[in-house]
Amino acid sequence: MDKFTTLTGVAAPMPLVNIDTDMIIPKQFLKTIKRSGLGKNLFDELRYEADGTEKPEFVLNQPAYRNAEIIIAGDNFGCGSSREHAPWALLDFGVRCVISTSFADIFYNNCFKNGILPIALPQDVVDTLMEDAGRGSNARLTIDLEGMKVVTSDGTEFPFELDPFRRHCLLNGLDDIGLTMEKADSIRGFEEQMATARPWI
Amino acid sequence: MTAPNTPRTLYDKIWDDHVIQTDEDGTCLLYIDRHLVHEVTSPQAFEGLRMTGRNVRAPEKTIAVPDHNVPTTAGREKHIDNEEGRIQVAALDTNARAAGVHYYPIDDIRQGIVHIVGPEQGWTLPGMTVVCGDSHTATHGAFGALAHGIGTSEVEHVLATQTLIQKKSKNMKVEITGSLPPGVTAKDITLTVIGLTGTAGGNGHVIEYCGQAIRELSMEGRMTVCNMAIEGGARAGLVAPDETTFAYCKGRPNAPKGEQWDAAVAYWKTLFTDDGAKFDKVITIRAEDIAPVVTWGTSPEDVLPITGVVPEPASFAGGKVAAAQRSLDYMGLQAGQKLDQIAINTVFIGSCTNGRIEDLRAAAAVLKGRSIAPGIRAMVVPGSGLVRAQAEAEGIADIFRNAGFEWRLAGCSMCLGMNDDQLNPGDRCAATSNRNFEGRQGRGGRTHLMSPAMAAAAAITGRLTDVRELMAEGV
Repeated sequence: MDKFTTLTGVAAPMPLVNIDTDMIIPKQFLKTIKRSGLGKNLFDELRYEADGTEKPEFVLNQPAYRNAEIIIAGDNFGCGSSREHAPWALLDFGVRCVISTSFADIFYNNCFKNGILPIALPQDVVDTLMEDAGRGSNARLTIDLEGMKVVTSDGTEFPFELDPFRRHCLLNGLDDIGLTMEKADSIRGFEEQMATARPWI
Repeated sequence: MTAPNTPRTLYDKIWDDHVIQTDEDGTCLLYIDRHLVHEVTSPQAFEGLRMTGRNVRAPEKTIAVPDHNVPTTAGREKHIDNEEGRIQVAALDTNARAAGVHYYPIDDIRQGIVHIVGPEQGWTLPGMTVVCGDSHTATHGAFGALAHGIGTSEVEHVLATQTLIQKKSKNMKVEITGSLPPGVTAKDITLTVIGLTGTAGGNGHVIEYCGQAIRELSMEGRMTVCNMAIEGGARAGLVAPDETTFAYCKGRPNAPKGEQWDAAVAYWKTLFTDDGAKFDKVITIRAEDIAPVVTWGTSPEDVLPITGVVPEPASFAGGKVAAAQRSLDYMGLQAGQKLDQIAINTVFIGSCTNGRIEDLRAAAAVLKGRSIAPGIRAMVVPGSGLVRAQAEAEGIADIFRNAGFEWRLAGCSMCLGMNDDQLNPGDRCAATSNRNFEGRQGRGGRTHLMSPAMAAAAAITGRLTDVRELMAEGV
């Protein structure tokens, strides 16, 4: 997994609430056995007509936002299915950070496994950032994970919070399976204890 | 870990019994008792294990079954037309056999939707931790098991270590007092709750469903309620195990037997919320206030009683105003339109929400001696091969066929349209599934969620219909 330290990039505004994982990556693209290559189908049904031509009004089709690395979205981003194809598609497109007032639990977890930083901020801050993002490619944001703050193009800073373990893993690009496997003795101990306490499992 | 002698919720108890290690910041390593695996969210996880030279740690606690993109028509065990789907089913076959996990292949009568197969085979038991790379893993919470969906990276983590790195969620209680009126079902409970709390209402929480109406539900009904905890944003749903739970589990192929059964039941009887335990959020609904409901929009929170009208977008607040307008545009509906006048052309009965025998019985009770309206395409997809066989044996399959329904083989089918069972653009479907998102059942397709009895009623009249009207005519 790539490290996440500081990111400066264009933020695309998506003021819709409840953007679900079916919207982020529709089911027809889940029939892959790979993690890569999903970026071209990110937001497929919002982004393309049925015949594959681009819908010009969709934000990521507008010249200013074609290389967006940050998405500012309405409440409850990533609700619905557990498909990790959603963060895979975002990452493959080039998005490394999503800012909203809240995220669905499973999507939120999945982001951290892929080096994507989801940031939850209060409504008024998200409203400000959304307005800022609306100004197009001139409005670039800086996400400073070390300093735990979002910095707008005019220098305004908004602090955010993040669980220390998740922050540590993102900053260092750590694979948490490796970390857990170092605890193999504890897992074995737990299994032995359980074999006596709940043998039917 | 909760301090000793502090009253604990059911969630607290199951959590405490599975924590291997807690870090200073509260991050826990949690042991996983059962891991369910299907073909869509597992190939990259198995590939990850191969690339890192890791093994499946506990194949005896891992259960694999293809369900999401399997065809529901005859001959599927010989050939799957869709190449990508075929590759995924074949990859699961190879991975499951190589790892030596419990496996129900496509030609096994026990094959079906993973969340129906797990309970049916006795893999899901009270007090367990159960995970699967599928958000509807919440279903298993009906047994008083802590069950939730995970992403593919976590699937790989569980395969390699039989654990998950987790932080504890908050406790939420949803109490349904009193008894359900006639014509109102578990699906109406769960949709009504989501309508009330919204799809983000449960974010960061585990919901315990309780109260008389929940106690009075069968295991099938409780599974329907917990299944949609995820649509309410909750990490998981739970119902405390009781005699109904024990009776369902007893004698299942993988349930404990003899002395082990007695020991298990003794433990299961300790799994309830203590008096005085703290909930962070409490919702109480009177069962008598719940009506048969349908969804009108493209979010599962867009729920109204069938007697209502399509709402005015301006009646909502904040970002929901634009979302509601977008929903109406997508759904082809006008504010003020009566819900029971909305014509449909497709009916789908099935899914992990409502693909169990009780669901098929409820729909068949409405359909018996009746036929579907002209021009309606109606499909019933049993949740497993065993549900299908039981429905055949009970004569339910004949009722569906005689009414004009297609009687399919088991799978997820049109709930998410990964196989050929999809809506065409503009089709309007009365569905017993769990999500009415844009394009969920097929690009441009329009989904109205409801109970199996309500879907059967819609099939008969060709429009969204209050099933109680048909009941008055004698079901």
